[in-house]
Amino acid sequence: MRQRRFGRFGLGLSTAVLGLFLAVTPTLACGGLIGPNGAVNLLRTTTLAGYHDGIEHYVTAFQFAGGGGAFGSITPLPGIPTSVVKGGDWTLQRLIRETSPVQEFDGFRAAAVPAASAVELMKVKIDALDLTVLKGGAADIGAWARSHGFRLPPDAPEVLDFYAARSQIFLAAAFDADAAKVRGQQLGDGTPVHITIPTANPWVPLRILALGKAASETVQADVYLLTDRAPALLPAPTGSNGIRLDHSDAASASLLTDLHSDRGMDWVPSSAWLTKVAVDGTAGELGYDLAIDASGAGRPSAVDAGFTMPGAVIPAPPPDLARLLLAIGFVGLGLVGLAMIAHARPTSGRPIGW
Amino acid sequence: MIGGRATAGLGLGLAVAVLTGIAANAVARSHDPIVIEITIHYSHFSPESVTVPAGQPVTFVITNSDPIDHEWIVGDAATHERHRTGTEPVHDARPTEITIPAETQKRTTVTFASGGSELFICHLPGHEAYGMIGTLVITR
Repeated sequence: MRQRRFGRFGLGLSTAVLGLFLAVTPTLACGGLIGPNGAVNLLRTTTLAGYHDGIEHYVTAFQFAGGGGAFGSITPLPGIPTSVVKGGDWTLQRLIRETSPVQEFDGFRAAAVPAASAVELMKVKIDALDLTVLKGGAADIGAWARSHGFRLPPDAPEVLDFYAARSQIFLAAAFDADAAKVRGQQLGDGTPVHITIPTANPWVPLRILALGKAASETVQADVYLLTDRAPALLPAPTGSNGIRLDHSDAASASLLTDLHSDRGMDWVPSSAWLTKVAVDGTAGELGYDLAIDASGAGRPSAVDAGFTMPGAVIPAPPPDLARLLLAIGFVGLGLVGLAMIAHARPTSGRPIGW
Repeated sequence: MIGGRATAGLGLGLAVAVLTGIAANAVARSHDPIVIEITIHYSHFSPESVTVPAGQPVTFVITNSDPIDHEWIVGDAATHERHRTGTEPVHDARPTEITIPAETQKRTTVTFASGGSELFICHLPGHEAYGMIGTLVITR
């Protein structure tokens, strides 16, 4: 039995928009709300969480919608990534086309696959992104953010504790919008990032998507899952709980071929199951993560979903009084019946009259 | 006889001294600050409502258990409106306006002149909307 050393691995950082933190500037330090004046906003993101041979491949794109200065996000991880590299060029777009085809697809050129190096904690710079894998609890993450000039939103203490109780690995992404402009990146341009994490079973952190948002604010993201077989999900994406199942089918051969030919995507198997979960709800609804059982056992973990914490003792349900009384009644009736039978039986010995 | 008088006098003196001490202590205590402890956890004040007397110094001991900074600013509506659009990065010049860095404790002593009701709020971005509001009732 494989041990879940890496915990619920989060298929990743599911959405690049993860927890947003904002740069601290004197003009924002007292009063006033960050954001309404055009501070950097992250756009709706698309994420692929692929899982094959015990390895999670998380591909997402960090996009910006305007503003200047630095901003960033924080993402809980179930384990320490073995690599964080620039993602493929077309993987995410190709996935969108698969579930929302709009036009004929052009062929792809094969690209070289960069070698992944396994390190426990790392710092990686990809274009205008500074990515740092962090290990620590909520206090450590808060201290790190402060020391790097970022301020976490007011719900961060509770949300970080929610994740740190299960895994103390986080990915901090600092985006330098000014550097992006210098690089010629336009509004809406994204930087794809591919994170590789060994794990026994993937999960997708969804609650972190609501970080910094009011309970009534809308959270939208597309999460693609590519697994060896149809996964079991918890909670089930019903459409009324903030997540919706938009696609669930065997992945087409053309999709797998296209994905396989992208940079860093040679792990894509020749057959797989494609699931698309649309996050479309309010921040208040997203009090959970998406637990995935890709093993075929059909038992996604309640801990992975954040419904219970590790080591939590699940209280025994209270006794069903009605059933208890009914059982006592049956036992009583049985005893009465036995007594009546015993009373009606003739006494032992010779019959009277002998 | 003399010894008895002396003993009685000594006893009386001691009694007066004790009573004087008790009275002095009581007077001193009446001028000691009242201590109110407020904890900040998960970006909420606890307790959310505090009652203090007017005209007496009140020491607020504010403990921030969160990994992020917070503020404790008490005042009337105009004060809060000013801070909603303020630009001071840190508050430490006025006893009613305190910045409590992450995982630290701050003390501040305030004497409220008159009765009434005020709010204490954290005006860091998003914190008030998140619910970092408390009520201070000042009794006469």
